[in-house]
Amino acid sequence: MPVAGLAAPPVIDLDGLRVKLGGRPILNGLTASLKGRCIGLLGPNVAGKTTLLHTLLGFYPPSEGTARILGLDIRSQLREVRALLGYMPENDAFIAGLTGIRFVRLMAELSGLPPAQAIERAHEVLFYVGLGEARYRSVDSYSLGMKQLAKLAQALVHGPKVLFLDEPTNGLDPPARERMLRLIRDIRDTGEVNVILSSHLLRDVEECCEEVLVLKQGEIAVYCDLEAERRGNRRFLEMEIRAEADGEHAAFAAAVESLGCECAVGARQRLKLVLPDNLEIRDLYRLASERQVQIRRLDYKRDSLEDIFLKAMEGSGNGRL
Amino acid sequence: MAVYERSYGRYTGPATSEASRFLVLPRYAYEVVFKSKLFAGFLALCFAPPFFGLLIIYLYHNASALQLFGLTPEKLAQIFPIGGDFFFSGIWIQGALSFLLVLFVGPALVSPDLRNNGLPLYLSRPFSRTEYVLGKMSVLVILLSAITWVPGMLLLLLQGYLEGAGWLARNWRITLGVFVGSWVWIIYLSLFALAVSAWMKWKPVARVTLALLFFVLMGFGGAISGILNTRWGMVVSSWHVIDAVWVSLFGLDPGSTLPPAGASWVALAGGCLIFLWLLSRRIRAYEVVR
Repeated sequence: MPVAGLAAPPVIDLDGLRVKLGGRPILNGLTASLKGRCIGLLGPNVAGKTTLLHTLLGFYPPSEGTARILGLDIRSQLREVRALLGYMPENDAFIAGLTGIRFVRLMAELSGLPPAQAIERAHEVLFYVGLGEARYRSVDSYSLGMKQLAKLAQALVHGPKVLFLDEPTNGLDPPARERMLRLIRDIRDTGEVNVILSSHLLRDVEECCEEVLVLKQGEIAVYCDLEAERRGNRRFLEMEIRAEADGEHAAFAAAVESLGCECAVGARQRLKLVLPDNLEIRDLYRLASERQVQIRRLDYKRDSLEDIFLKAMEGSGNGRL
Repeated sequence: MAVYERSYGRYTGPATSEASRFLVLPRYAYEVVFKSKLFAGFLALCFAPPFFGLLIIYLYHNASALQLFGLTPEKLAQIFPIGGDFFFSGIWIQGALSFLLVLFVGPALVSPDLRNNGLPLYLSRPFSRTEYVLGKMSVLVILLSAITWVPGMLLLLLQGYLEGAGWLARNWRITLGVFVGSWVWIIYLSLFALAVSAWMKWKPVARVTLALLFFVLMGFGGAISGILNTRWGMVVSSWHVIDAVWVSLFGLDPGSTLPPAGASWVALAGGCLIFLWLLSRRIRAYEVVR
């Protein structure tokens, strides 16, 4: 796992964190240091994702170990920690009898915003998430998708430094889901807030996150830096060629190797390549053109998040791929 | 962040004091509560007895106004003697009205938050469980203060001013009874209402439960006292217990039906501790299922 930089503390630093609920161990000594702008928490049901978020929020006390958020300890500095956080819960959660604007304003005031600033921010954030036109309607009357957006608005209104999103796309139809993911990416790209996205939907995490922590039965099954993984995967290629002469297939492979590639010849005129750093794909096309070889298909050979997840679920969970 | 820009920006402005942040809750609660005309009407009605008391005190000290009614101060003093009994009656009536007011407002305080999973939203902020309870409690404390000790103290000050120096000092037990007696009842009643509201997810059920607990225990206490021919049975009745506390604070004759003052104080303190324990069990972001 990445080592914390000297200048900026990690977003989340788990230090042997154990949590027991009702006498049952739920989180078993998690240790990790995460510092991505958007961190995904993945895992099957009852893996401990939500419990981890709730523990970081101070809802459940750790039975052993601790965690730090932006350098603040959740055991001894909980109030300061909470002042940094915005939380969008998984389940339906709202305050009855209030309109959208009053609901978000109340949440802003509870976070410490003076009334005038709270109302201004509430208007702004409701427009930002797309509930501007519905802000004077009672939250009780919102559809499921609107309630999800209202929950996001209340999590953002006070301008948190770290945003916890627990299954934000739950129950959303495809356009609403796409809109929610676009918002999350937009929030992430401002660089002003770190997003922790807990989900069991691999695509949601893959589309938004740079780092992924896969939990399994309360333990870290895998930590994966998706950005580094993506960068690494760019050097692995799978190529399908069509050569007119019979021996040209092997000759092309030899020519590719002479450029510095590692090359393995597969069946049906397929080649698997590992590109050296100084070689670009256009060099392969140039070579193919010189040798009268058609490149019919060229794919990056990469592990998708699904591959990573499935490996983690099969493995014993050594914490690393 | 301007609306037209529609992009996320952090808030970097000033923050309110953490110590007074719990007072945000009553402000929002009153907006909901005062939407009911029935409630607003009832609250206005609660000010009728203090107004009547004000009228009596004014007439008592204004001979020319009394003559309009064909009365003299002595005659008025025979009908409404202004002393311990006068203020005790006031606090007794306002105490009873307080319970009815709590029946209106109390059940709606916590149960909707539990039903709609609102607690994680409150408690994920720099806002503790204690502040949540304080905030919800202050909704009732402010309302009940407005109809109990605040008008009571104003009437006392007026009476003291009109009677001249020394009246308040001579009648210090009345001040004690009005102020301390009201506060004890307000705190007990508020915790009682919050505890019931925290355990009943549905507002109407919470309202019925609150009324039932109050009156059933009163009946139960009365039955025990009647059967065993003792006054200790009434120690389970909130109303009789607070009545005994008021009587002791005003220094009046407790009679034969009220439970002993010491036991009443203990019963009130015990009740408050039970209510706090019940609240501590329920006011949590998430319940742990064992």
